[in-house]
Amino acid sequence: MGETIAILTIFVLAVFVGFEVITKVPPILHTPLMSGSNAISGITIIGAILSAGAQYSTLTTVLGFAAVVFATINVVGGYLVTNRMLDMFKGKE
Amino acid sequence: MSDDLVRLAYLVAASLFVLGLKGLSHPRTAVRGNRLSALGMFIAIVVTLIDQQIIRFEFIVAGIVLGGAIGAIWALKVPMTAMPQFVGLCNGFGGGASVLVAGAAYVEASLASAGAVTLQFGIATMASGLIGGVTFWGSLVAFGKLQGLVSEKAVRFTGDHVLKGLFLLAGLAAGVLSILQPENTQYFWIMVGIASVLGILLVVPIGGADMPVVIALLNSYSGMAAAATGFVLSNNVLIISGSLVGASGFILTSIMCKAMNRSLANVMFAGVGGDSGEGETEPADDLYEGKVKSTTAEEVAMVLDSARRVVIVPGYGMAVAQAQHAVRDLANLLEADGIEVEFAIHPVAGRMPGHMNVLLAEADVPYDRLKEMDEANTGFEQTDVTIVIGANDVVNPLARDAADTPLTGMPILNVDKSRTVVVIKRSLSPGFAGIPNPLFAADNCLMLFADGKDAVQQLTAAVNEV
Repeated sequence: MGETIAILTIFVLAVFVGFEVITKVPPILHTPLMSGSNAISGITIIGAILSAGAQYSTLTTVLGFAAVVFATINVVGGYLVTNRMLDMFKGKE
Repeated sequence: MSDDLVRLAYLVAASLFVLGLKGLSHPRTAVRGNRLSALGMFIAIVVTLIDQQIIRFEFIVAGIVLGGAIGAIWALKVPMTAMPQFVGLCNGFGGGASVLVAGAAYVEASLASAGAVTLQFGIATMASGLIGGVTFWGSLVAFGKLQGLVSEKAVRFTGDHVLKGLFLLAGLAAGVLSILQPENTQYFWIMVGIASVLGILLVVPIGGADMPVVIALLNSYSGMAAAATGFVLSNNVLIISGSLVGASGFILTSIMCKAMNRSLANVMFAGVGGDSGEGETEPADDLYEGKVKSTTAEEVAMVLDSARRVVIVPGYGMAVAQAQHAVRDLANLLEADGIEVEFAIHPVAGRMPGHMNVLLAEADVPYDRLKEMDEANTGFEQTDVTIVIGANDVVNPLARDAADTPLTGMPILNVDKSRTVVVIKRSLSPGFAGIPNPLFAADNCLMLFADGKDAVQQLTAAVNEV
């Protein structure tokens, strides 16, 4: 129970941080915000890597492998497309 | 590497994610922010790879190579106009990955011993499976709608709300069973199956122009699914990242709803944008009869010749016509003539939050020319000519002036306050809300009936000749 409360604490505080940081993002950057935050949600890749590599059973390995593929698409695609978009935003020369 | 070092590395990664998002507070710092965030991800992945639990690497490497290749090719090739679909599908992959990871952890725990499924583990697995299943399939439907593979219309049928309610209850029931009887892993997969159908049922009845809300909401769900998976694995970096993304999606969802003056429940369940609105053409004829003034590019060029301040209002039609480069050329030409040019952008213009800004940035329009609704609305009274291209409902004065229309109360761009309004549009057909737009019949409004891109190009040529 102690551990659950500890990670619940982290969860709640992280939600507050998220609200504070993201309300400061201007509307012109809302699309890059979505693709960039999408890339961040690809963090499940670390869980996927452990499942795919731990060789617990065939089923968990298959699930892990599929999860690695999905999460990597998210991470690589998300960061690259965000970078592509942000590179286009230029001020007055 | 010891567990403590791994956790410290995860803390660094989580901090970099926060700093990365903080960088997005200004276009100048945004590129660096995104790179910091990517660095955080890289660190997290590397320390995970040297974890002692990992026995064989071939599946990991194969998965990263395959996923990386798909992600990279797709991200570099996708046109900016297709960005809503791209983000929509990415949300789905995020949700899908969360379900698969939670599922693998659940299978592992149930093989180990019944005691391995604690209450925290069980509830978190259930949340991850339900939210992730809804996100994955809901995102696929959203992708299909935006890509034009399935009908963009709001598809409703009798009793659909009841059906959704039943599926939700069934999903919850299967989830509870999966916690109570962890030795029967099929309950978990039944729950994921039910959540998948629920995801489809939830998005199918939502019309095309409401997609910004849906995409933002699914973005939030993909974050929540990741956070739930963090609770499954008792992993802090997953929880922190997932909550950041969940909060981000939630904020965008509420901004979009506010910009349409509708509740989330109304967007999700009212089925706006279905077939019902098409019988209402008669009052529109009354409204437009004899009052609509059709114009030509030459005439507009003449009006522009004497203008000092011009505002351009883009909408989804500009994206469909791929007219952003043509619009940029026109804006540059007008500026070269000493005219002040600005772009006024409504929050829900397009098919995702910020859609118009990305298209105009792609066409090299400097970001300081792009004005948000509130700022833009302070300037229309001093504007000589406003050019509306491919937008309709977001400039409909009924939203401001009339009671009891589907748009009433929605904040709009007050383009009718400017001296002259030029509306570039193919026909007088109503927008997504299905109601006529009195702006088109206003005394100061000129209609340029044409395809968006052709019209802007002709206009540019005509301005050149004046």
